Amino acid sequence: MKTFILDLIYIVSAFAFIVGIKMLGKPVSAKRGNLLAAAGMTAAIFGTIFLNESVMPTNYVWIFGALILGSAVGYVMAKKVQMTQMPQMVSFFNGMGGACAALISIVEFDHYIHHPGTGSVAHLVILLLGMIIGAVSFSGSMIAYGKLEEKIKDFRLPAQQVVNILVLLVIFGLIYAFSAGIVVNPLTIYIILGLAAAYGLLFVFPIGGADMPVVISLLNSFTGVATAFGGFLYDNKVMLFGGILVGSAGTLLTVVMCRAMNRSLANVLIGNFGGKAAASSGRAVTGTIKEISAADTAALMKYSKNVVIVPGYGLAVAQAQHVCHELELSLEAEGAQVKYAIHPVAGRMPGHMNVLLAESNVDYDKLLEMDDINPEFKTTDVVLVVGANDVVNPAAKNDPASPIYGMPILDVEDAANVIVMKRSMRAGYAGIENELFFNPKTRMLFGDAKKMMQELVNELKNA
Amino acid sequence: MESLFQFISENQLMIYLVILMIFLGVELIEKVPSVLHTPLMSGANAIHGVIIIGSIIIMGQADNTFATIFGFLAVVLGTLNVVGGFVVTDRMLDMFKKKK
Repeated sequence: MKTFILDLIYIVSAFAFIVGIKMLGKPVSAKRGNLLAAAGMTAAIFGTIFLNESVMPTNYVWIFGALILGSAVGYVMAKKVQMTQMPQMVSFFNGMGGACAALISIVEFDHYIHHPGTGSVAHLVILLLGMIIGAVSFSGSMIAYGKLEEKIKDFRLPAQQVVNILVLLVIFGLIYAFSAGIVVNPLTIYIILGLAAAYGLLFVFPIGGADMPVVISLLNSFTGVATAFGGFLYDNKVMLFGGILVGSAGTLLTVVMCRAMNRSLANVLIGNFGGKAAASSGRAVTGTIKEISAADTAALMKYSKNVVIVPGYGLAVAQAQHVCHELELSLEAEGAQVKYAIHPVAGRMPGHMNVLLAESNVDYDKLLEMDDINPEFKTTDVVLVVGANDVVNPAAKNDPASPIYGMPILDVEDAANVIVMKRSMRAGYAGIENELFFNPKTRMLFGDAKKMMQELVNELKNA
Repeated sequence: MESLFQFISENQLMIYLVILMIFLGVELIEKVPSVLHTPLMSGANAIHGVIIIGSIIIMGQADNTFATIFGFLAVVLGTLNVVGGFVVTDRMLDMFKKKK
């Protein structure tokens, strides 16, 4: 009877996950979708605790202790994190899931060693695969987290690809040797574990910070696959269900992100972008740049009909989303029409800019995607580029030697005037010069995005 | 080889399920507007936290110190994934509320 009820709960949970993901895909239902999935998860967790035959009530105290500890820490972290740090937070939580998968395999393996004959070879292989993927996901996610926090720099070994492939080969060789009974020492599992964790590091280290969203999405689907292996291990359908669902949805999401950058996944993973190798390629840009003051910018904008704001990572770093909205309101008070042009890879995650601007109450309808806004630049009076660089670099269109060549960009140079707000002339994440800055239509407004926008708002009020 | 065949025949239903789920996952994501990619990724991240069920099972079966320590740790990390994942997604989505 207990098992029957538990099976029923799992079915309901699996249903909640699917409908939840489906609802997450539409702006109006997204919030309810998330809550539905969370409800399904809660039911599955408590169902497992109270109804699974193999869970001993004597261990309840441990289980609830861990649940309470994990919930408290997770809740506080999730509530405290700044919106700008969302990508690394997701990466961190993803890493925790990966580590959880690896730990499960370690304990199951220990059980397997002490009770020989309880599992088949297939069982052992699944256990090892779950552990490896979990460990890669954990160590990779931690590096991605560190990179986005800007605590870890890009790092590349000589012959990186060869080293990576060798490590993978050794891992699979050991799995084969172990399952075929050639190697019998149970400690081998720790060598495999260590190599898998090292592989995660090697895998993420050389990839540029700008590509971290793709990596996080990929590692997310890895953890999904590790979860699915767990489902096989316990013959648990809801784990298999949730795991594969995330694994396949995550992989597609990764591909969609790469497509937005007009690059293949392989190209991102090999990491020839954002690293130092890219900096030297691309032709030299010559010409002079012209500076503009906040007062002049405000005057220019005051008499403009159509203004488009192009937000980038600089906006997120400067926490300028609120003042950006203020600027939008001041401009509208002056009779201008203000829109936002959102490049699919602006920021550090797809949709990152939307989340930020939505935080400061910018109307959802004012955020235009690249394909919708590009034809409008021709009739735009002023484009204000706030902390964006590579997504407006014309080299992507006209310089085949440029590492970003082929990436669709926002055609800001079609507008009558371009104001680029930037902290310095430092190159963007891709490490390449931007011709746009030398365009005769362009004026540079140097300074911190938040401070400069505040000044613009003040100037507009006073003028 | 034999054990592989045996595995496949024993787990036929699960394998069918895997194939179906792969296509379902792709279908579900295909038409999502890019503005929702971040919350969707975060929500999916929370859903793979269902791995916690595995950790609860090992914790529940634990009868030695080794399993207890690692099981406990696994449940804590799994809970972080689940709770953190859903709360972060919820916070992001709070910001998409349409004005008036």
